[in-house]
Amino acid sequence: MPVRVQVEDFDVARELAALRGGDARVGAVAAFIGTVRDVNEASTVAAMTLEHYPGMTEKALAAIVDEAKSRWDIIDALVIHRVGELRPADQIVLVGVTGAHRGEAFAACEFIMDYLKTRAPFWKKEATPSGTRWVDARASDDDAAARWERAPKSVG
Amino acid sequence: MPATSTPTIHVVYLARLREAFGVASERLEPPPGLTTVRALREWLAARGGAWASELAPGRAVRIAVNHDLARPDTPIRGGDEVALFPPVTGG
Repeated sequence: MPVRVQVEDFDVARELAALRGGDARVGAVAAFIGTVRDVNEASTVAAMTLEHYPGMTEKALAAIVDEAKSRWDIIDALVIHRVGELRPADQIVLVGVTGAHRGEAFAACEFIMDYLKTRAPFWKKEATPSGTRWVDARASDDDAAARWERAPKSVG
Repeated sequence: MPATSTPTIHVVYLARLREAFGVASERLEPPPGLTTVRALREWLAARGGAWASELAPGRAVRIAVNHDLARPDTPIRGGDEVALFPPVTGG
């Protein structure tokens, strides 16, 4: 299953090697890694807790990966998203995409992240000096996802 | 489904909504005629307090039925799992 939700950290090199799987059709591997910042909206962030909706999360991520595979001529894709307590500089999410050529791999990787940001049921709660707060969704994330609604099938 | 049944739905609240409502999930017997996501939201908002403010028209609330994102006119049936949550912030 190319989708995982886990508390543990992940090893990017190992995960991407497994995704490639020695497949010589692969000519491009695109990857995105999201990490925890120590500042958000002018407040210092000491820690972050990521909550999700078990059952729906895996289904939503798998649907996003399937959608990417239907839109672009890619070979495989992987999503790993962490939950639980995270600290600044920790890795949060890894998206990896393999394809014959970089155009398709880049586009599919960005699409998966943009859809994950608006459709996968994860929520961040930050610990700041003034207490904990739920992170608000950003309109810019909706805009980023909306681009793909209009975009015709990529030519890679 | 037979009109005589009293089907229950499993309602789940996540993230900020769980904290605002002080409950993570509950089994509910919606009144007869409550058949859509929109109607469920309005019914819950009628509880008042945090329910009324968090679920007020205009507040951004996402609702999933059986783990799929729903629209206001998505039907709800007995046995469904319906989740209410704020816009997502992962990644």
